[in-house]
Amino acid sequence: MLVVRFLPPSRAPSSTLPQPRAAQERGGTGGGASSAEGTKREPHLAMDRECAQLLPALCTLLADPGQPLVDDTCLEKLLDWFRTVTETEPSLLVLKENPCLTELLLHTLKLQDTSARVLSFSLRLAGIFAAQEDCFQYLQQGQLLLGLFGVAGAQGRPAWTIPGVRSGWVQGMCSLAQHPSALQLLDDCGAVDTIFSLQGDPSLFVASAAGQLLVHVLVLAVQGTAAGQPLDWPPCARRIVSHLENALCSPAAPQVTRALNVLTSLFGRCPGPWAQVLWAQLRAPVARLLEREPVPAAHSLVDLLLGVARSPVFRSSDHALLAQALSQLGPTHAGPLALGILKLHSSPQALRTQALGVLLQPLAYVLKAAVQPPGAPGLLDAVAGSPGVVDALLGSKSSCAGLLCQSLAHLEELQPPAGVAWVGTDLPGAGAPSPSAPAEPTDALTWPQAPLLRAVVTMLRFCNGSAAPASSAGGRLCGTLAGCARVQRAALGFLGALSQGAGPQELVTQVFAILLEYLESPESSPTVLRKTFQSALQWLLHCPDAPSSCALGPQTQLFLTELLPGLRKRLCSPCWEVRDSALEFLTQLTRHWGGQAGFRQALLASEVPELAEQLLQDPESYVRASAVAAVGQLSIRGLHASPEAQQERLPAELLRILSADSEGFPRRAAVRVLTEWLRDGHAGLAEDAERLVARVLGAAGRDLDWEVRAQAVELALVFLAQTLGPPGARRPSAEAAPGPPRPPPGPEALRPLCRAQVFEFVFRALFDCDRPVARKSCDLLLVLGARLGPGSPGEPVGGGPSPASVEAALQGWRAGGQGQPLGALGPEAVVAVLRALDLDGLQATLAESSDHVEKSPQSLLQDMLATGGVLGDNQADCY
Amino acid sequence: MKLYCLSGHPTLPCNVLKFKSTTIMLDCGLDMTSTLSFLPLPLVQSPRLSNLPGWSLKDGNAFLDKELKECSGHVFVDSVPEFCLPETELIDLSTVDVILISNYHCMMALPYITEHTGFTGTVYATEPTVQIGRLLMEELVNFIERVPKAQSASLWKNKDVQRLLPAPLKDAVEVSTWRRCYTMQEVNSALSKIQLVGYSQKIELFGAVQVTPLSSGYALGSSNWIIQSHYEKVSYVSGSSLLTTHPQPSRHCHEMLSNPEPGESQEKPRDESQPWRNKARHPHRNRGQKQTDPRSKGPAGTSHMTYQLTELFQTHERSLNEPMDQASLKNSDVLILTGLTQIPTANPDGMVGEFCSNLALTVRNGGNVLVPCYPSGVIYDLLECLYQYIDSAGLSSVPFYFISPVANSSLEFSQIFAEWLCHNKQSKVYLPEPPFPHAELIQTNKLKHYPSIHGDFSNDFRQPCVVFTGHPSLRFGDVVHFMELWGKSSLNTVIFTEPDFSYLEALAPYQPLAMKCIYCPIDTRLNFIQVSKLLKEVQPLHVVCPEQYTQPPPAQSHRMDLMIDCQPPAMSYRRAEVLALPFKRRYEKIEIMPELADSLVPMEIKPGISLATVSAVLHTKDNKHVLQPPPRPTQPTSGKKRKRVSDDVPDCKVLKPLLSGSIPVEQFVQTLEKHGFNDIKVEDTAKGHIVLLQEAETLIQIEEDSTHIICDNDEMLRVRLRDLVLKFLQKF
Repeated sequence: MLVVRFLPPSRAPSSTLPQPRAAQERGGTGGGASSAEGTKREPHLAMDRECAQLLPALCTLLADPGQPLVDDTCLEKLLDWFRTVTETEPSLLVLKENPCLTELLLHTLKLQDTSARVLSFSLRLAGIFAAQEDCFQYLQQGQLLLGLFGVAGAQGRPAWTIPGVRSGWVQGMCSLAQHPSALQLLDDCGAVDTIFSLQGDPSLFVASAAGQLLVHVLVLAVQGTAAGQPLDWPPCARRIVSHLENALCSPAAPQVTRALNVLTSLFGRCPGPWAQVLWAQLRAPVARLLEREPVPAAHSLVDLLLGVARSPVFRSSDHALLAQALSQLGPTHAGPLALGILKLHSSPQALRTQALGVLLQPLAYVLKAAVQPPGAPGLLDAVAGSPGVVDALLGSKSSCAGLLCQSLAHLEELQPPAGVAWVGTDLPGAGAPSPSAPAEPTDALTWPQAPLLRAVVTMLRFCNGSAAPASSAGGRLCGTLAGCARVQRAALGFLGALSQGAGPQELVTQVFAILLEYLESPESSPTVLRKTFQSALQWLLHCPDAPSSCALGPQTQLFLTELLPGLRKRLCSPCWEVRDSALEFLTQLTRHWGGQAGFRQALLASEVPELAEQLLQDPESYVRASAVAAVGQLSIRGLHASPEAQQERLPAELLRILSADSEGFPRRAAVRVLTEWLRDGHAGLAEDAERLVARVLGAAGRDLDWEVRAQAVELALVFLAQTLGPPGARRPSAEAAPGPPRPPPGPEALRPLCRAQVFEFVFRALFDCDRPVARKSCDLLLVLGARLGPGSPGEPVGGGPSPASVEAALQGWRAGGQGQPLGALGPEAVVAVLRALDLDGLQATLAESSDHVEKSPQSLLQDMLATGGVLGDNQADCY
Repeated sequence: MKLYCLSGHPTLPCNVLKFKSTTIMLDCGLDMTSTLSFLPLPLVQSPRLSNLPGWSLKDGNAFLDKELKECSGHVFVDSVPEFCLPETELIDLSTVDVILISNYHCMMALPYITEHTGFTGTVYATEPTVQIGRLLMEELVNFIERVPKAQSASLWKNKDVQRLLPAPLKDAVEVSTWRRCYTMQEVNSALSKIQLVGYSQKIELFGAVQVTPLSSGYALGSSNWIIQSHYEKVSYVSGSSLLTTHPQPSRHCHEMLSNPEPGESQEKPRDESQPWRNKARHPHRNRGQKQTDPRSKGPAGTSHMTYQLTELFQTHERSLNEPMDQASLKNSDVLILTGLTQIPTANPDGMVGEFCSNLALTVRNGGNVLVPCYPSGVIYDLLECLYQYIDSAGLSSVPFYFISPVANSSLEFSQIFAEWLCHNKQSKVYLPEPPFPHAELIQTNKLKHYPSIHGDFSNDFRQPCVVFTGHPSLRFGDVVHFMELWGKSSLNTVIFTEPDFSYLEALAPYQPLAMKCIYCPIDTRLNFIQVSKLLKEVQPLHVVCPEQYTQPPPAQSHRMDLMIDCQPPAMSYRRAEVLALPFKRRYEKIEIMPELADSLVPMEIKPGISLATVSAVLHTKDNKHVLQPPPRPTQPTSGKKRKRVSDDVPDCKVLKPLLSGSIPVEQFVQTLEKHGFNDIKVEDTAKGHIVLLQEAETLIQIEEDSTHIICDNDEMLRVRLRDLVLKFLQKF
């Protein structure tokens, strides 16, 4: 997660917040804590007076080749702003009110040595404004657009060799091609030919954008015309379609790829009737690609076929094309196609069977390699491995691992959620089988859970060298897979996913056996081991013999007992990743089965809790963090070796970690565990929670890690909830609970919170330089304020400090002061401070993104002008 | 070229190579697995061992009961342990010119060869090899001599008797040649025949061949050897390691090693499921300064020894030695490949992890850990791993004991061979800092070493503890005592790390045993994946290896990946076999004396190719061939001095010039026509052309390498024609 930094202390929220320069010039208020300002401060993006005043200078700056150039990011932001402006205001009006913009374009047109950046900017700017037809006409009056986009314009300049300019041309063209008048311009400036050539541009960005522009132009060309025969294509569209058709027949793979990519985009956007005509016309050349050896641009072809299959142009006769593609494409490309087909839910049974076959083939091969015929029923008994699959599997280690991992990943995506019928003809939207396809048995597409389990277990056995191959090819496969961590990880991941479906008892036993082997084996690499832990956890959670999710069946009980020695060994591993994963696994195990007698017994007998506690001293901070979590979880469940000693020792140990550990991770974990303990009423905290909370908040308040402080606010919130009783409303905005309103607790109710020094921490956290901490703290105070009931701001609280001293204290906290300006905070002082604070306003301020000040267009314009030295007198040289 | 295979043990080789006129012995390993047939030699009287029942034949005949004892169903010879020597009858070992030693484990049979076979040659080895080899021998002699045994069993060796014995005694090979251990005197004498060499030093053998040791990366001072003449090159690879923890690969090695398997190396960062992990996790960290070392990449593509290994071994700075020099092995005609890992399925990293975990578990439970080991080698690695690990595992208070007669020397030697260490460790010497951290373990009293269990050790001994001691066969040495002492408690653990002995066989005489046994063999020598990469890179014409490497291990017959796979298939050898290497000498290098060279006038016959005729006297001495100028033709003397035999120089007639070039038929015909021959007919033949001068009844037969002019008795015509032919040829 990114740490979103709020403002630095010197620019703390609320009143000290510096206003945007423009706002200051406008005479905007210097702030104050007034809440209403929060919404007004939202920078509006319209073309206001201030911006309009700044624009001419900026245009002059841009038009002047002698001026230093602003960076590209600013130009991008400027274009974004213009786009927003044209969306909200009539473009023509903007253009007329700000003639400097047209002048800039004219200037660009005239001046031959405009810099590439400004030229590109102008092209895009012109495109943005010309998107509206009236504005287009206005600009065209002086042939401005033709001048810019035509052969004599940007294309004829030396700067055309710079990709940015070509990209600007394409983007500008794309923006303006919104109305029929644009088509004429396209025609006049020979744009279509330019686009064709830009499709092969050396810059990938330009080439890709050109492809998209082609789609855009074609869609524009057919818009509003009635679809007819291929010959009826509007002239511009006809050229594009014939270009695509030629490209599809080209022997050069890059051309084919480009055509396919364009077509894929087209079928998502082209109006239905024309799309039908287009597909009818191009289906044959696409089909012919499949007859080539090797199939060119296979990846793009798969994308197109799937795109077509998902679009309305797809007809049942096209299923044959998909079937042909499945059989012609190599295994690496057929896989994604098969996955797409299986996800469609509308393809005929025969095709789905074929697609599933493609995905299963590598696994079937692995299974076959290990089983002497006749073995247990495998996957795809009837299908011999296709030569492509076999080549990939036996060719090299990387191709073998690649294909197997791909198949496993695809199958994992198709893995049906537990209890849901996977696929079948009865699914809604399932299309009728194609007439040509032979009738399939109805169960042809049941999820092959058992053979898949068997195949994955076999694969894992090949990987650890324990599977005996049944043929010489199997022997080679064995050699390739032995020790291949990549396949191991993929197979273990898939095995975990398979836990959601049931399997025959004998196979489940095999699954547990292989998982134990991997847990025990010294050869398992740390990442493989981690996957093994995850997979084991999933099987434990979903084991079919478990009477319920929190109880254990005999088989799982046995497995748990058997894996504990392995886990114990892993906790002593010299490799920190292994210790870490083992601790995480232990935490999960305890979370799920900590209350289960059999598990408790086995765990307590296993020495694992002691080892976990020893790891609190581990030299590696991640391991310490995981140990804190594990020990915390064990402790909640009462699972420690000597419960009496632990109850007192552990909280102290966690506090020590919180205040003394040099790394953030263990400290975060410690606060988290303590929060959890407090929430769940851990016995060790029951006696003196106030003192413990005070110590935690004290330590966390000084912590340099914002996540520790944020977590500590969470702890304060839990404590607050416990002290004040169940809240009527957690948020001020939430609806009050039905029934008679509970009388708000008096300030006296805050006494325990004061004793625990919650407010010293929370008030300071409110002005924390890290925004998440401040937000959490603000939310907490809002909850508290809501509980205490309304009180008018500024109204003095009896016995509380004077408003002046409260204001002084707030200032002190804002400045990050560590002292206690109000002395020990008593309930009255707390209430006084609460009332003096504009929490809602603060919340709104904190909710704004950290760059909201810089986002305003004025600010952007000013920055750009400042760079050019127009605003200030900082033209002094930089030497 | 012949190879005589004197040992069948793939990692303890002993081969003799006859190459050109030299006889070179490659290593002389001593197979000590024979000692497993013997009862252990207890350092302290063991009632259990001395009360074992004698073994008698099925028919009750007890004539062997003094020699053979029975323990838990196994039969052991009750005698001084004996070793299986290399073959001594296959070739007359007195003819061996030199012995090349590749590492200290492969020289243990040296005294048997140098002292008892009439050997008069020289032994070549690097200094660390000799010093550590001496320590190993010294320890061996000490272990055996300090427990004198009056009895020496020999009846059981009788072939007829041996047949009746139970396995494995029945199947033991060559028992008649088994010998008792050598003495220290023999060791010293053998070692005195060694000449020290440095890596890449070229040693001339009789002018015929040159031998060069190369770093093999396996152990301190370990080497591979190149044996080459001017036109032939034989590489001998024995006990090499590519573990990249040797962080100073030459650029070449680095290229070979740094292409990781696609997808293998780039580990995705682990998922950030836990909230306190919001910030990116550390990448795999190599503690210490090593993370910046670009050479710390994993050995490529070997999924058995991937980055984990690097991680661990780097962590512990496992890198002892200079990295293996592979580039120099290129272009070999024959590559003899021995000493691969004995445990191809075990990744050293996993094993080190297993070792540490089990050690920690045992000690935490109050048990003791016994590590049977050699006094040098893997123990340095283990100590280094433990140095890193003990604090994190909370074992700082547990004492580590290293007991060996040579413990002190071993620990000190390892620190002084700076120039043989990897770059990392070398640099430490200049800091100055001991290259190995065991120095610090000793300073902080965490590691203590003793020559034996007697003396100081018994005063300092504190349990639970970890004891490193020999011998890994568990048949002699202090380890026997600890097995007897700790074997009865299931709290204790014995962890086997040396791969040389089957741990089950080693434990057999201690059964029944309550102690836990962990087998973590650590063998860093090449595995088959690495071998296949090596062979691809080095491209030798022929590979020769022990037969064990040409088929999968018997226990894993399906693992076709656990064998050498190369083209043409490797030639295999077994004990007592003689291989004729498929490789013929074709060229010899001959030097030309400068004055003779001066007199030559080469003539360019094709661009880049010049020829000259040489008349000279070939002198051959010490396998060097020199062309000297011929003596000046002596003026015939009128005197009656008798010609002395030594003056009898070859008859140096003035030779006709040599011709070169080819005759273009068309131009030749034109020339003939110019010279008045008109009725010319040209016929094409299989080999060339026949030019027929019909009138003169003359044939000119032009072929690739000869021209014949056939004319009847017209010498004038022949000479004319000859001269015309010669016009087209170059003379020199």
